[in-house]
Amino acid sequence: MPRFTSETKARIDEIAGRYPDRRSALLPALWVAQEVYDGWLPEEAMQEVADHLGMSRAEVEGVASYYTMYNKEPVGRHHIEICQNISCMILGSDDLIHHCEHRLGVGSGETTDDGMFTLSRVECLGACSNAPAVQIGATYHENVTKERLDTIIEQLKSAPSEVAHPAQAKMPEQGQF
Amino acid sequence: MHEQHQILYKHRFVEGIKGIDVYRNHGGYEAFRKALTMTPEAIIDEVKLSGLRGRGGAGFPTHIKWASVPKNTDQEHYLIINADEGEPGTAKDRDLMNNLPHLLVEGCLIGMLAIRARKCYIYIRGEYAEPWQNVQRAINEAYRAGFIGKNVLGSGMDFDVYTHLGAGSYECGEESALISSLMGERGMPRLKAPSAPLYTVSGAWQKPTPVNNVETIATVVPIINMGGAEYAKIGYGSPRSRGTKLTSISGHVKKPGVYEITLGTPMREVIYDIAGGIRDGHTLKTYIPGGSSTGFMMPEPLDYPMDYEGVVTAGAMLGLGSGGLIVMDETTPIVPVTKRLVDFYHHESCGKCTPCREGLNWLAKIYDRILAGGGRPQDLDLIWDICDNVRGKSFCGLGEGAIVPVMTSIKYFRDEYMSYIKSGRDLVMV
Ligand SMILES: Cc1cc2nc3c(=O)[nH]c(=O)nc-3n(C[C@H](O)[C@H](O)[C@H](O)COP(=O)(O)O)c2cc1C
Ligand code: SF4
Ligand code: FES
Repeated sequence: MPRFTSETKARIDEIAGRYPDRRSALLPALWVAQEVYDGWLPEEAMQEVADHLGMSRAEVEGVASYYTMYNKEPVGRHHIEICQNISCMILGSDDLIHHCEHRLGVGSGETTDDGMFTLSRVECLGACSNAPAVQIGATYHENVTKERLDTIIEQLKSAPSEVAHPAQAKMPEQGQF
Repeated sequence: MHEQHQILYKHRFVEGIKGIDVYRNHGGYEAFRKALTMTPEAIIDEVKLSGLRGRGGAGFPTHIKWASVPKNTDQEHYLIINADEGEPGTAKDRDLMNNLPHLLVEGCLIGMLAIRARKCYIYIRGEYAEPWQNVQRAINEAYRAGFIGKNVLGSGMDFDVYTHLGAGSYECGEESALISSLMGERGMPRLKAPSAPLYTVSGAWQKPTPVNNVETIATVVPIINMGGAEYAKIGYGSPRSRGTKLTSISGHVKKPGVYEITLGTPMREVIYDIAGGIRDGHTLKTYIPGGSSTGFMMPEPLDYPMDYEGVVTAGAMLGLGSGGLIVMDETTPIVPVTKRLVDFYHHESCGKCTPCREGLNWLAKIYDRILAGGGRPQDLDLIWDICDNVRGKSFCGLGEGAIVPVMTSIKYFRDEYMSYIKSGRDLVMV
């Protein structure tokens, strides 16, 4: 069942209008699709993007597969991404990751059975001066300790899922985003 | 201690400076008004006088980049801003975008005037949802205030500024890969001059599209305000390193943070005064001056000027880098840290050229083996040979940067590798 509504398509068209060619709207269009498809990109999502931008699905998949933030599998309601790179590593991010794996009972890259949490190791989040850093949905948590992570996880259990990313902002003529 | 000029960050801590009203009350958009009365050549001349060099990593003079854009106005030109900040250890563009988004927007407007462009694309890494929101909000405010849009301030010129979100790829920060990504392709780098035209002549969409870092373009605002000659007076080191540099200091220091540091300030002052020194009870073991690709350096010498030339005279293989100073004390296990970086570069390699793709694949395997206790005495020579084969032979800067932490770690911390190879144990980790 296609999920793109006329409103979704209008959004992508507005974005496409910002570039000299339609193809350049592919990355933002994939963001929109990921939002519409509950945080990941099944084949149908890529097909819809391809149809709307006038590309083949193979082309769309080739591009989507290159970028780590386009999820090729469903993710949990909350995606916990812990930075494992240098500044965070030397301030204990490995401990944080192990703690989280234990607590959630999953390995990095896995989703809990109840579909609540996905845990991932990620690379430098650009929060190195406040290491270790954890990204959950669109929100950054900095100077994270095991205790704070525990509290955050508890709170998330009753929090609504945050869409992985707010898709491209509308221009002011179209109203505030 | 040397005085630290606050040029970019003068109003960084002013309440409400994110919003256009407070920003304007503090002189915001005055540089743009001034630039509107100047010719493109005059703007570029001021930037030339200022000595401004790229703050994104390569340190290329900004005025040369801009002057190479063709002067004819019959084709569309586009200004592209690199907000992909992904170099491990670097967190300064994020700080700027979150706290001074209008400074970025104003810089983009002046940059567009200088290169006769009417559209600007700010390529923001996908993880930066919050900076993206802050920047987009600033853009929206600037549209409503008439600094962007149709017939801006009665000039007869129309300007547009767009944000474009990446989706998780370090390589997309490389300027030609960024252009590919902006055009909806995989983030693969493109042929460069002299084998292909400069991007400033034929880049994205075969149009002139210079790429500037966030901090570089923001710095143009104070340069126009104060004049290039005044700006060029700032600096304690080389005559070729003028002004200030945003630097994110991380690791084992007492006061990590993002600081605006006057170029040429001695590295010792940066680490021991500005960042408060090493955490109590510990000593400086090593540091990386400007993002992981600039490699490890030793505690001596430390009295050299922190600027483009200074770090090179102190032995850095790749210069000042991106402004991500990572400070490590004696608890840091160099081999596992280096392995983590090797895995990172290996994962992020786009796979286009053989030296980087294959070289990093081998390196990752050898590090896996060494850490698993299967290291062999000849491994260090092998690693060195592989690095030699990547060095100067990779298609873009990712491969070139990847081997720097590897080579410097072997040069300075051979004993830590030998411990793994002889006994399978880390010399540092207990
Ligand atoms: C692998 C790689 C990643 C890079 N990432 C960034 C980045 O995230 N931000 C940036 O401004 N420059 C980055 N650069 C440098 C850019 O290629 C380019 O030099 C810079 O954007 C030019 O802007 P500037 O002259 O204002 O510094 C990267 C380079 C390489 C090789
Ligand atoms: S050096 Fe690495 S990232 Fe750059 S083109 Fe070659 S394979 Fe791609
Ligand atoms: S290394 Fe973790 S945020 Fe930069």
